[in-house]
Amino acid sequence: GSHEVNEVFLDNVRVPAENLVHKEGQGWTVAKYLLGYERLNSGRIAPSKRQLARLKQLASQVCDDGVPLLDDPRFRDAMTQVEVELMALEITNLRFLDEMRRTGRPPGPEVSLLKLKGTAIQQGLAELMMQAAGPLALREYVQYVQADLAAQDDDADAFLAAITSRYLNQRKVTIYGGSDEIQRNIIAKMSLGL
Amino acid sequence: MNFDYNDEQRQFADALGRFVAKDYGFEARKAIVASASGASDSVWQTLAELGVLALPLAGEHGGFDGGAVDLMPVMEAFGDALLVEPYLSTLGLAAQCIARSGSAAQQAAILPLVASGEMKLAFAHAERAARYRPQSVAMRAVRSATGWILDGEKCMVLHGPLANRVVVSARTAGAAGERDGISLFLVDPAAPGVTHKPYRTVDEMPAADMLFSQLALDDDALLGVAGGALPVIEDVLDFATALVCAEAVGAIAYANAQTLEYLKTRRQYRTTIGSFQALQHRMVEMMISHEQARSMACLVCVKVDTETDPVARSRIVSAAKIRIAQACRLVAAESVQMHGGIGMTDELKLSHTFRRLMVIARQFGDMDHHLARFAQLDRSLMDRAIAL
Repeated sequence: GSHEVNEVFLDNVRVPAENLVHKEGQGWTVAKYLLGYERLNSGRIAPSKRQLARLKQLASQVCDDGVPLLDDPRFRDAMTQVEVELMALEITNLRFLDEMRRTGRPPGPEVSLLKLKGTAIQQGLAELMMQAAGPLALREYVQYVQADLAAQDDDADAFLAAITSRYLNQRKVTIYGGSDEIQRNIIAKMSLGL
Repeated sequence: MNFDYNDEQRQFADALGRFVAKDYGFEARKAIVASASGASDSVWQTLAELGVLALPLAGEHGGFDGGAVDLMPVMEAFGDALLVEPYLSTLGLAAQCIARSGSAAQQAAILPLVASGEMKLAFAHAERAARYRPQSVAMRAVRSATGWILDGEKCMVLHGPLANRVVVSARTAGAAGERDGISLFLVDPAAPGVTHKPYRTVDEMPAADMLFSQLALDDDALLGVAGGALPVIEDVLDFATALVCAEAVGAIAYANAQTLEYLKTRRQYRTTIGSFQALQHRMVEMMISHEQARSMACLVCVKVDTETDPVARSRIVSAAKIRIAQACRLVAAESVQMHGGIGMTDELKLSHTFRRLMVIARQFGDMDHHLARFAQLDRSLMDRAIAL
């Protein structure tokens, strides 16, 4: 419900010849080169580690029938699955960086898996935050974006509502920067030769 | 077994289909959501004229003695249309409390006005620390010379700002979390001592936190037996859960139809994206989710109408909620994903269906809550069978 992206219209825009990037007709080659690096970062590992820490803190505070969610085996196991996946992803990322360093090659098609797993982890964490926040999170966030936060008498509400907003917004991460389906096609075709 | 609608149910389904097509298209709904009150009085009057408000009420109050099964086509239509009017809170929750525990006088004073469309109701039960436990009531009601004094806070009161009367749960005995000692009261929200903090829910409905500051009530505000309301509350919550299960079926059907249409028409890489086997298989999973959701909705609506053992009834309600929550999550996520970027935009009705599906998945208990409740109830039934 909030404003984040724009349509940009280019109407007979004049560009100086010296502003041509690389060679004429080679735009897609340049784009593919850039996309490899974008995918290297789309894992969002550091932000997800911070989100996981926030999730654990919330789960330690939220109690159901006197038991913190952190100690509820069902919730804990779901959190563990995501945490373990994140650990594996971090090492995979480091291994890919190490290979690039040793061989001097740019990111290969296999870095698509960093985006695939990284975005699944982002969405998994958002889902668990929603779960921890419980029924109170089912409020519309937009009014907090537009209102003066200082005027809000309950920051706890703003915190909860932000969880919902993030949950909705993160549906895009498996779509942008090359959708999950594209990433799988890239691996299948370029890495596996299928 | 006959899973078809009977003639009366089909008539309601047809009438509602015509109403939605004519008066509740996406543009009409957008205008209603953007309005100050967030719901339409003229839509509510149309629902009254169609007999939809009267459907689940007793004949003696102007109703049609309908049960959850009779409400299935209604709720499905609302799920498809993404109705924001206070049907669930009025007929699915508050009116059910009054019908099940109110005195003849209390019922006669309220229910005919609900059937005619003159009164909207809300149910103020959830509290800040409660999560999904119905017995987590801490707000208190103490005896006074002339009746009761209510003091405390309720949150996420669905359609609270629109209600003419609110059914409020409060503790007349016992500690927070105990099963005994909860009572229900009929409250006029315009009374001094009641304040609202209104907002919208993520699925675009008006709601409010309600603060009760030393609210004085007469004796006749008490619904049913003091301290004995929890079984009624659980009964009503199970009924409302069955209704949102049916509503989910309608929303899922819409999301599936939209996605299927998109797969068949959207072209990329010189062909329709529906020709890609990976997407075909996922669309099949969405279709299977719809069928399984429909089946569980049928089962749960029959059960809440006919099962007299609360343990057996609640077990099925939890089973249905588990399966339907899974279906809601899968269909919501896949339908947006397969639409790509436009699935993220407010301009597409589907993104609003996503919101309703994500709320239904958590309404009246999320997956973990119902997994735990099913296990506990299933165990009770097993122990009971072993004991025989």
